[in-house]
Amino acid sequence: MTPSDYLSAALLIVGGLFFLAGTVGLLRFPDIYSRLHALTKADNVGLGLTVAGLAVQADSWSAAGKLLLIWALVLLAGASVSYLIAQGALQRGVRPWKR
Amino acid sequence: MLDVLLALTLIGLAWGALASADLFKAVVLFIAFGLVMALVWVRLNAPDIALAEAAIGAGLTGALLLAAYARLRTVSSDANADNASSRRGALFILISVLALLLAAALGYAVWTLPPDDAGLGRDVAANLDRSGVSNPVTAVLLNFRGYDTLLEVIVLLLALLGAWSLRMSTPRREAAPSPVLDTLSRLLAPLLILVAAYLLWVGAHAPGGAFQAGAVLAAAGVLMLLAGWRLPAALAALPLRLVLVAGPATYLLLAVITLLLEGRLLQFSREWAGRLILIIETTATISIGATLIALFLGAPPDKEDRQ
Repeated sequence: MTPSDYLSAALLIVGGLFFLAGTVGLLRFPDIYSRLHALTKADNVGLGLTVAGLAVQADSWSAAGKLLLIWALVLLAGASVSYLIAQGALQRGVRPWKR
Repeated sequence: MLDVLLALTLIGLAWGALASADLFKAVVLFIAFGLVMALVWVRLNAPDIALAEAAIGAGLTGALLLAAYARLRTVSSDANADNASSRRGALFILISVLALLLAAALGYAVWTLPPDDAGLGRDVAANLDRSGVSNPVTAVLLNFRGYDTLLEVIVLLLALLGAWSLRMSTPRREAAPSPVLDTLSRLLAPLLILVAAYLLWVGAHAPGGAFQAGAVLAAAGVLMLLAGWRLPAALAALPLRLVLVAGPATYLLLAVITLLLEGRLLQFSREWAGRLILIIETTATISIGATLIALFLGAPPDKEDRQ
């Protein structure tokens, strides 16, 4: 394994951990807002790390660019959609969870 | 290992979508099913079908189902009374037996296939240079078996006619769309149109084509509709209908012309094939996109105000 392989593996593993944390948060958090928080934060960073890990191994700059573009689009869509879900829930009177 | 996991997930999602009593949950599971299905097609080395499945099966069908769900909720909330449970039991057994027989027949058919039979793949590869394109899938869809695609394009138009003749009133949400959705649609719509054009163009030599491009185009339209965009009234009557039939009409016209000139339906001569396929795919893309957007709307846009 070359150093870039190690770097790629480390990035992918950490990215996977973020996805795992996000999924656990989605399943275990008490209300819709905190679940969205867990999901979007973890997914954005998890996907970013995964993309970075794959980009290290990409054959060409254009392949790495495509990966980054995918990440940017998911960031845009994920952030907007989670805002819309939260706003929809608020308008329907879903109260944020309080201890 | 990954394939087994995918197959199990697929079966689980399908079962969940069918068995779920909650319609909304069923729709969401169906969308997830479409996405996993797209992954399965990628694993099977069929990126063309994967693209179509992700764009149409998961994306647009999902949007249509969600729109239908929203309409169901506003139209009526009274469920039909359960009648004659014994008859339903008998029906259940009958359907189960039929489904099992079908599964057994399909399984047998696959089981008895020769293990390394390329099917018609070799013939397609041998005639690829006569088709006018270098992507074998496009060659089959638009040239060798063009009439299949012709009928598919027409079926889509028929589906829209069916939806329109139901004269469903569309629930209008006139609340101002949120600025986030507005910005998102302004950012994404041009990008989606660009991607649709790319998919259309690249279909000649790589996975892509009219249906995928049309679905992406429709996604842009659905996003804009959700963000509050409406078709200008001047375009809603005749121009919209012209756009809707442009694809099928062009295709039919070329079918008739080739029938008269070449003696066979949709038989393209070698030097014209590439150009004809591009013309068909371009008009079909626009019509497919417009048809899918119109299906999402439900009622004809120039009629809905009068109801």
